[in-house]
Amino acid sequence: MHVPDGFLDAPTSVATGVVAAGVVGASLVRASRRELDERTAPLAGLVAVFVFAAQMVNFPVGAGTSGHLLGAALAAVLVGPATATLCLTVVLAVQAFLFADGGVTALGTNVLLMGVVGVWVGYGVARAVLSVLPRRLPSIPVAGAVGAAVSVPVAALAFTGLYAVGGAAPIPLGSLATAMVGWHLLIGLGEAAITFLAVSSIVAARPDLVHVARGRMPALELRTPEVVA
Amino acid sequence: MSAPTAAARISTRRLVLVGLAVCLVIAGVVSFYASSHPDGLEYVAGSLGFDGVAQDSATAGSPLADYAVRGVSDNRLSGGLAGLVGAVVTGLLMFGLVMLARRRAPRGRD
Repeated sequence: MHVPDGFLDAPTSVATGVVAAGVVGASLVRASRRELDERTAPLAGLVAVFVFAAQMVNFPVGAGTSGHLLGAALAAVLVGPATATLCLTVVLAVQAFLFADGGVTALGTNVLLMGVVGVWVGYGVARAVLSVLPRRLPSIPVAGAVGAAVSVPVAALAFTGLYAVGGAAPIPLGSLATAMVGWHLLIGLGEAAITFLAVSSIVAARPDLVHVARGRMPALELRTPEVVA
Repeated sequence: MSAPTAAARISTRRLVLVGLAVCLVIAGVVSFYASSHPDGLEYVAGSLGFDGVAQDSATAGSPLADYAVRGVSDNRLSGGLAGLVGAVVTGLLMFGLVMLARRRAPRGRD
């Protein structure tokens, strides 16, 4: 869903750039105060690299269309929403500056759509799902997958909203919204599958590092590993 | 399901090393098999006829533009190298950012 230069007019691109810069700044503060500590910081680096790598692998969704992972919900569940915004921002900046993937003037738009809307929708939905599932570790990948599935079409709808404000070419907005949400519902299924697998892997290996497991999985806190002497 | 064992099964160092290895394989090898169809947004832009307003990125002349290394003609090698470079740069930037953010942390817990 990388928006190229030219899709949105200059004022809209500047506005999204300013908002994105503000949110990234706030995320830096929030991440350092509430999410990143010495134990979890390495996972944040790993998540960013995984999102970059996985975004290269477009999967077919039918009728000559493809999609790829956004990774917003995945990152938010594993390392927290503010750190997830930082991960996505780094990935999007590398893609825009090194690979000409996503416009440079559209970088703020892309950060806003994927790194902010995708992250917080994915995180919010995952948290909501977790609150109704049993407080056990296997609930986490399920919640992440649902958050992932919802985050993609909502980000697509957010693009439609921005296009309504500052789209460069006149397009019937109803058709745009329908087409964007329709295709991205399908892409969201792939997003959910990849998120489920990736989150399951980390939950299996190091549940103690997973952001949404903090304080919500009682079994986690009671069982301090005694082997570590 | 039985009670989850919360014990860390592997060290953080091992997790990161194994994880990075998986990422490098995805970016360097698996990416070659990615679908080359337009993604959702490109497809919608094409079918609704507003793809024409897209402009070339200011970085379209980058030696890594479109995930290919300029001058490397073999597609598999070119795309794989571009993926590896991207993964390494992403990792350096994010690990660096995390170090900075973490150091400034007023240490809420622990």
